[in-house]
Parts: sequence; structure tokens; C-alpha cells
Amino acid sequence: MPEHAEPDDLSAHVIRVIAQTQRIPQESISVDSTFEELKIDSLDGINIIFAIENEFGLNIPDEGVQNMRSIRDTVEGVRRLLAEQKQAVPPGAA
Amino acid sequence: MNRVAVTGLGLVCALGNNVSECWTRLTAGETGIRQLRDPGSPPYKFQVGAEAWYFDAAEHFSEKDLLMLERFAQLAVVAAREAILQSGLSFDGELADRFAVITGSSVGGQFSEEEGYRRLYRENMPRVGPLTIPRTMSNAGASRITLEFGIHGPAYTVSTACSSSNHAIGQAFWMIRSGQVTAALAGGSEAVFAEGLIRAWEAMRVVSPDVCRPFSADRRGLSLGEGAGMVVLENWEHARARGAEILGEIAGFGMSSDAHHITQPCAEGAVKAMRWALKDGQVAPEEIGYINAHGTGTQANDVTETQAIRAVFSENADRLLVSSTKSMHGHTLGAAGAIEAAATLLALKHGVIPPTANFTCPDPACNLNVVANQPCAARIDAALSNTFAFGGLNATLVMRRSENGRI
Repeated sequence: MPEHAEPDDLSAHVIRVIAQTQRIPQESISVDSTFEELKIDSLDGINIIFAIENEFGLNIPDEGVQNMRSIRDTVEGVRRLLAEQKQAVPPGAA
Repeated sequence: MNRVAVTGLGLVCALGNNVSECWTRLTAGETGIRQLRDPGSPPYKFQVGAEAWYFDAAEHFSEKDLLMLERFAQLAVVAAREAILQSGLSFDGELADRFAVITGSSVGGQFSEEEGYRRLYRENMPRVGPLTIPRTMSNAGASRITLEFGIHGPAYTVSTACSSSNHAIGQAFWMIRSGQVTAALAGGSEAVFAEGLIRAWEAMRVVSPDVCRPFSADRRGLSLGEGAGMVVLENWEHARARGAEILGEIAGFGMSSDAHHITQPCAEGAVKAMRWALKDGQVAPEEIGYINAHGTGTQANDVTETQAIRAVFSENADRLLVSSTKSMHGHTLGAAGAIEAAATLLALKHGVIPPTANFTCPDPACNLNVVANQPCAARIDAALSNTFAFGGLNATLVMRRSENGRI
């Protein structure tokens, strides 16, 4: 068994998107992996962000991208943005 | 001034994935112009073209590589690998800094650009793929080649429509001749069968609904083709010193601009390019035995080119063998000069002139000694290859035969 914690649903989803984008096996990625370990460079990074934005319907701000250096950073960033999106009052709802 | 040897060739086009396959089909007079794989919806006005039928990118690149490389860049890299492998050059010493990479491309990565527009304008998606810029840039092939081989010398891409790769080869030739670099990879690539670009060519009304028939009375226009051609050029003494096989020699290069019309050719510009190339190479017109013509198969080009050749070669024009290999590999735009330079060098080396395929009927307005349909054995010492681009930009190369380093 790998030493890292089992990924929750969101982590697994993010890992799946990254694996598809990077053309690498899903099993090679854990929530504890860093981009450096996975040989994900800055250009790969923007490609991954693009895929995640499309997959989750998010708009990830440029400054948020700078802080994503690992799978965990990415999953937590996505989790936060999804929560913010949920809290936001939908246009026309009032 | 240094002499400039050719020590490597690479080809990918409708006729095959390497020099050997392409040369076999070129000398068989076999045309690679066939029914397009995608007929378009609604159907394109022309349904034939010279796709790189045998090319499978997955055989040459990892999935990860393919994310970054557009088709035109893939073609460039595969042809470059063949040419560099044949040259036997490696870049682990100081040659890395003294080696240039100069490629030509008319339009760069059209597929990614069109994909971006499709998302924006058809699907109303506000975001375009983040690799669009590195995939579409016209220097994507040149850059990948430098990365793959660890080449640190001058590298850039020339874009002059259908003359792009003759300009690239000519520039590399001059850089070696003047001593700026020791050797260079030069050529070009193009991948033209993207929907928007096909529609743009359709609107120009210069593409034949039939196969292209250069210099033939019943010609109806050009046939588009995709592919890449690369040559390794090298300082003659450097090549001799390391015992490399010298496949031929680039002897002269000439350029001109018509300053006449954005699309209509004019004979004077073509005459100037050929004359400058001969003068540059100190080659007399009577030494030239073969011309690989621009020969697009349009009404205008073939008549104008005939007039230009007659003006430059006067009484020698009747003796000159002329063919347009575009009848087989199609008009590959930014790759045309390089593919045709390779065909010309191979013709000199093997003593066989590849024919103008699909030729049915002589045209009095194109009264050249056209090698029609069948190859012709001819041991010749020097040849020209012409490219005349939209925008009136002309570039001509002069090449010489070599017998393993001896002329």
C-alpha cells in the first residue's frame, strides 16, 4: 500500500484530469506528489489548469496558479473555488 | 569563401516517409495526389490533394510530445532526424554552437489556430487551449529540432509563402560559405489540410479539381500537398576532413522580388532570381542541365516560368531538361523549395531526372523540354531549382553534382 492517504472523490477526480492531460498513468500520481516529482513544468501546469477549469467549470485566477506546486495544492485550490462558487448568489436568484 | 557540401537529406511527403521511399516514387512517376481523406462539409470544390499518406505521428513521437507539436512541426522534426542521421554529425562538441537551423513555413500551425477559433466562434467557449501559441508558432519545428539535438547556434524560421524553404536553404548556404557557421540544417515543412486553410485556397480559385498537370495544355491549377524536406549543409573541408559522404553541392543562390502584383507572377522577377543565382555560384547558363521548375500547374505560373527560363538560357533553353515534381508531391508551399531541392540533388547524384507526372498534352506557351511522365537518365553536372511565391518573392538555388567529394 502506498504511504499516502487514500484520495477522496475530489482528489481522485483531479488526479484523473492531471493523468489524462499529462498522458501518464493515474497510478503514478498520489495526493502527496509534487509537480517537480511528476516532471510537470510551468507549461504543463497551465495546460493542467486549463483542463481543470473546463472539467469543473471554474475560473482559476492567475495568482492562484502560482501557488499550485503539488497535487494537494491543486486539489485544495479546486475545493476552495468550488466552495466559493457554491456560496455565491447565482445571478438573478434574488 | 567556403564551398558548401550537402551531407544529409530528409523527406516526408505524399510519396513516403523517407528519402528512399520518396525517390523510388519520384522516379517511377507515381503521383501522390489522391482523393482527400476528409471531403469537407459541404464538400470542398477540389477533392484531391497530396496528404502525407504514410505518415503516422505516433510512430515518431510520444503522446506527451504530440501535445506540443503541430503536424507541420512533426513533419519538420522527422525529416530533420533523417537528414542529421545521414550526415553523421553530432553536437556534443563545439559544433553545437557553430551549427544553424533555418526552417521555412508559410503558415505554421494552422490546426491549433483553427481549433482555437472553433472554440471561440462556433462553440462560444471563452477559453482557448494554453498550448495554442507554442503549437502554432512558425518556428515550432526549428525550436524542437534545437531542443532534441542540443543545437545552440543560430536558429530561425523564414516565412515567404511558397519560397520559404528556398530562402531558408539559401540563407544557410550563405552563412556557411561566409564562415559564420560550420554547418546547418535547412529546409521547411507545411501541413496545409486544415479546414479554414483549404477554404482559403478554394476561394483563391487556383487549385485544380483534377490532379495538377504542370506545363500540360489541359492544366487546371495546383494541387496542395503537405510534407517536409531538410538538408544538412556543411563546410566542404569540414565534411572532407571527417570523411563524410558528400551528396552534392549548393553552389549558388539568388533572390528577387517582382514588385509587380501580390499574386500575379511576372517573368522579370523570375529571370532576376535565376540570373543572380547563376552569378552567385559563378555558373554559366550552359552548365545547367536540369531545372526543377516551380511548375505549379496554374495557367499563369507555367507560362511565365517558361518565358523566364527562355530569357535566361536563350538558345540553351531547348536543351535543358525541365520537370515539376509538384505533379507527384503536390505544392507543399513552405516545404516546396526543400522537397524540390532534395529531388534535384538526388537527380544529380543518381543521374535520373524525375518526370512531370500527369502530363497529357504539350502547350505551345510552355515550349520547354519537359520530362513527361517517364523518368529520364541524364548525367548532368549542375541544376537549378526555382520557387516563386505569392507576394512576388522569388528564390532560386544552383546545385552541383558531387562524386563523393570530387567534382
